[in-house]
Amino acid sequence: MFRLILLSAALLWSLNTAARGTGDLGIVIERADGSVQIIETSTNTSLGRIEGLGDLSHASAVYSRDEQFAYIFGRDGGLSKIDIINKKLVKRVMQSGNSIGGAISQDGRLVAVSNYKPGGVKIFDAETLELVADIPAVYGNDGLLSKVIGLVDAPGQKFVFSLWDADEIWVADLTNISKANTKKPKITKFKDIGRNPYDALITPDGRYYIAGLFGEDGMAMLDLWNLDAGVKRILDGYGKGEQKLPVYKMPHLEGWAIAGNFAFVPAVGRHEVLVINTQDWTEAGRIKVHGQPVFVMARPDGRNVWVNFAVPNNDTLQIIDTQSLDIIKTLTPGKGVLHMEFEPRGGQVWASVRDEDRIAIFNTDTFEQLTTFAAKKPSGIFFTSRAHRTGL
Amino acid sequence: MFAPTIIAEVATARQNELLYFIKHDCGSCHGMTLKGGLGPALLPETLSAQPKDYLVTTIMEGRKNTAMPPWKTMLSHDDAVWIAEQLQSGEMQPTELVKNKPSTINQPGIEQ
Repeated sequence: MFRLILLSAALLWSLNTAARGTGDLGIVIERADGSVQIIETSTNTSLGRIEGLGDLSHASAVYSRDEQFAYIFGRDGGLSKIDIINKKLVKRVMQSGNSIGGAISQDGRLVAVSNYKPGGVKIFDAETLELVADIPAVYGNDGLLSKVIGLVDAPGQKFVFSLWDADEIWVADLTNISKANTKKPKITKFKDIGRNPYDALITPDGRYYIAGLFGEDGMAMLDLWNLDAGVKRILDGYGKGEQKLPVYKMPHLEGWAIAGNFAFVPAVGRHEVLVINTQDWTEAGRIKVHGQPVFVMARPDGRNVWVNFAVPNNDTLQIIDTQSLDIIKTLTPGKGVLHMEFEPRGGQVWASVRDEDRIAIFNTDTFEQLTTFAAKKPSGIFFTSRAHRTGL
Repeated sequence: MFAPTIIAEVATARQNELLYFIKHDCGSCHGMTLKGGLGPALLPETLSAQPKDYLVTTIMEGRKNTAMPPWKTMLSHDDAVWIAEQLQSGEMQPTELVKNKPSTINQPGIEQ
């Protein structure tokens, strides 16, 4: 009898587990411990933890289109596939010595990883993590390999990425390539795009790929609807004649902070957020901010833009009103505010406060902190809504 | 004749701050485990062969035409010397903790 009760309890539990949706789930990277927490945004709580994922400093994640699995890209070259419903590691491969990020293909069947060492992109079957294609980032005449950054997915089963050492942007077409058909991807290369691209983004419609340049003032833009036109320079020389400040942390160009006809990006080596007119890609303004911006992220409705900063100003968040371009609020959640993630409809934003070992959740209208909970050296926060957005 | 060992004089509390700084702030480019990232690896295998002054200058002044910024607005000269010593030795522990490690004090047969 007791056995029967146990059995039915187990059955009920498993049914419950299988039945839950994942639209309100996400993960928080715990960078120093090699673990991630599974979190739920409906209750603002943690549901559990998955451990043993290696060096997760600078780790990022993408989601399978059914939002059950997350692929985690670790700094140590580890690629981990986790099941966020059953809270377990499904598969883990060490695919390089040193990696920086990844992307999932339009059809959800391929996962790409960009690597520093050996420099290049590796593409895996999303189901099994078997290697499907290897794209070494060879440049120049001496067979050198470049570090690869700014890897995104693009419509038409493409991946686009930039070569830090080589000053190039490559477009890889993975159409009809799978583990059953591992032919070489067709690569289109764009050279001399500008010195040291440090990160890149793709607009939400999947049309424009824009790389930020560390070595020059300006950004390199590629119109994916019109590859023949080549890479254009935008915001060319935005800081001409001004002394650049030291850059204590590379900015990120994740996502696309866009509101009406304006896009917002971090300036490199300046305490400024740059405003771009997306009609003609010219500079529309600059906003003085508290420090060097790292992430410049729009609330999903585009009304406000939230900004965090590099050390030694990384205890602060500033919020910009996108109509007036004024800073309307400055928050100081604590040292080491590394990342933010908005709920899909924008009512709340989650922020990781690394040095205080906690996650802080804010109401995006009142800027009140709603709640906070413990996380070990939290960095990236990734919600499942990313599964359905190009470039995330 | 013996060469005096110069150990940077940095208080233990500051040493802990600097260790955190190395791991998380240097680590944002050089990797949290210092095995490299956008910046090169900072492991004793390669750094121990470099002159300490060269490392101190690199930390304080940065390297032109690379992504390495000057850190002198956040670090004192002694901080930089201490960091260079930690990186070269690979010890990454506050010196006072190292000195007081149970294995190195009160060992039988060793006169304190």
